[in-house]
Amino acid sequence: MKRRSIFLTTSATLGFIFLYAPMIALVVYSFNKSKLVTVWGGWSLKWYGELFRNEQIIDAALLSFKIAFISASVAVILGTMAGFVLSRFGRFRGKMVLSGWISAPLVMPEVITGLSLLLLFVAMEGMFGWPSGRGTGTIIIAHVTFCMAYVAVIVQSRLSQLDETLEEAAMDLGAKPSSLFFLITMPLIMPAIISGWLLSFTLSLDDLVIASFVSGPGNSTLPMVIFSKVRLGVSPEVNALATLMIAVVAIGVIGAMYQMRRQSKLLATEE
Amino acid sequence: MSTPTGSAWVDGSGSRLTKFNFIRRVNWGRLSVVSVPTLWLAIFFFIPFLVVFKISLSESAIAVPPYTSLLEWDLEESYLNLKLNLGNYLYLFEDTFYIDAYLSSIKIAGISTVFTLLIAFPIAYMIARSKPSARGLLLALVILPFWTSFLLRVYAWMGFLKKNGLINEFLLGAGIIDQPLIMLQTDFAVYIGIVYTYLPFMVLPLYSALEKMDMTLLEAAEDLGSRPATSFFLITVPMAMPGIIAGCMLVFIPAVGEFVIPSLLGGSDTLMIGRVLWDEFFLNRDWPMASAVAIVMLIVLVLPIMLIRNSQGKEEAI
Repeated sequence: MKRRSIFLTTSATLGFIFLYAPMIALVVYSFNKSKLVTVWGGWSLKWYGELFRNEQIIDAALLSFKIAFISASVAVILGTMAGFVLSRFGRFRGKMVLSGWISAPLVMPEVITGLSLLLLFVAMEGMFGWPSGRGTGTIIIAHVTFCMAYVAVIVQSRLSQLDETLEEAAMDLGAKPSSLFFLITMPLIMPAIISGWLLSFTLSLDDLVIASFVSGPGNSTLPMVIFSKVRLGVSPEVNALATLMIAVVAIGVIGAMYQMRRQSKLLATEE
Repeated sequence: MSTPTGSAWVDGSGSRLTKFNFIRRVNWGRLSVVSVPTLWLAIFFFIPFLVVFKISLSESAIAVPPYTSLLEWDLEESYLNLKLNLGNYLYLFEDTFYIDAYLSSIKIAGISTVFTLLIAFPIAYMIARSKPSARGLLLALVILPFWTSFLLRVYAWMGFLKKNGLINEFLLGAGIIDQPLIMLQTDFAVYIGIVYTYLPFMVLPLYSALEKMDMTLLEAAEDLGSRPATSFFLITVPMAMPGIIAGCMLVFIPAVGEFVIPSLLGGSDTLMIGRVLWDEFFLNRDWPMASAVAIVMLIVLVLPIMLIRNSQGKEEAI
């Protein structure tokens, strides 16, 4: 028994090292003074300065944040509707269709999603004149489509864990369906909605393949700019950018965990 | 993360909630809540596949958009002319390049999935067996990289694997090798990239399966004289099977169509179908051919897996 647990701890620790070593190296090398990425030239913040002076990266980052914000917000609304419908409406006509379509984007290779949406936009433009040209709008539509699937899955699994007695009590007391949803169900699934939004935001911010297909000239998102830089080799500015992103995510996740722990402690003392 | 609930056996898909059918009275509200997401998916998810299928049957042309149309009205003779071009599909099967690309994608994704499973299993097992108070933190450590940019995580390995990268510097410095190893732009680098980026997708379903496992089963087996290895293969693995299947699906399917990893870490000879499709579209600008590649990929790779998944009951993996 003892020996196996040593084996287990060692291999799990190696797994964690495997997960974190490349990222730690990236962070350390972002403070490297030398232009040659592998030669250590002392600590420096030089590349952060370069990063903030690089207008192409800044513009792309702003565009990506805008797209991610709008996509996540629309995806949360549509995804919550889909998740709610699938777990609370019992049987209805078209349920199989909706549940199949909503889970399919999760497993669809990105190149197929990207290509099919682009061809749709081109065909629609030919037939109805909309969307005229491709750019921010078409990227947002594409991102909403695959992000709503993630939101629906999260909301659905939260709803299935949820105690229905509160909703039943509200119904017995005569709540209208709309007030039932907005006053009872929605506050109860708020954690799922928030994590769905955050997940959609990061997925949208991160997407390279789909955005490359459906974007137009002059609408390069941050991943597209990073990809074109990185394709030519390692770049110190990208290291600095990666470090900033890792820092933001780490702070966000630690903050969320702290908040959750405090809440569960509060609940424990109340009981 | 999910709190351990006792209702693992209750089907959560709303079987008990037919009571909610009272909403039937307000048909309009119900109808709109159902139809808005359904319509969105119909227009932006389902119809696009029909468009791809249609264009895969047309011919590449130097025009805007760069393909011929299938239907043509012949005004003089006043008949509708339907031109179907199966040439793209024939070409797919004639030229071994495409078949090789499909097979090589399946091979690379399959090998990577096995390695992901081997690395993820001890992690998931350790988390499931650790103190409940520590589980949240350990799970967060697994998920944390998933929240950072996928592209940047792949990029991080470029700095690690290249000829004068950290691994080579370390091995050379330690005197283990005297020639730098060529690791970047090989299939090996692609395996590492896939295992690395998809690891959380394997750990999470494994964890949720292992967490539910009853440890007394192992104790009983031990009392009855079973060796640890035997218990592992006869008890732990079957109990974790739903997690293993879900995790392998979540890794294998996206890995088959992967584009970023082979193009950043792989060599020019690393054939993967996602990359072939990308090049066909962006470099050759042959939209009909790219569409045919996508349709075959869908039929050969994605559809069977989705059917298997559906028939195995809906394992909620996320």
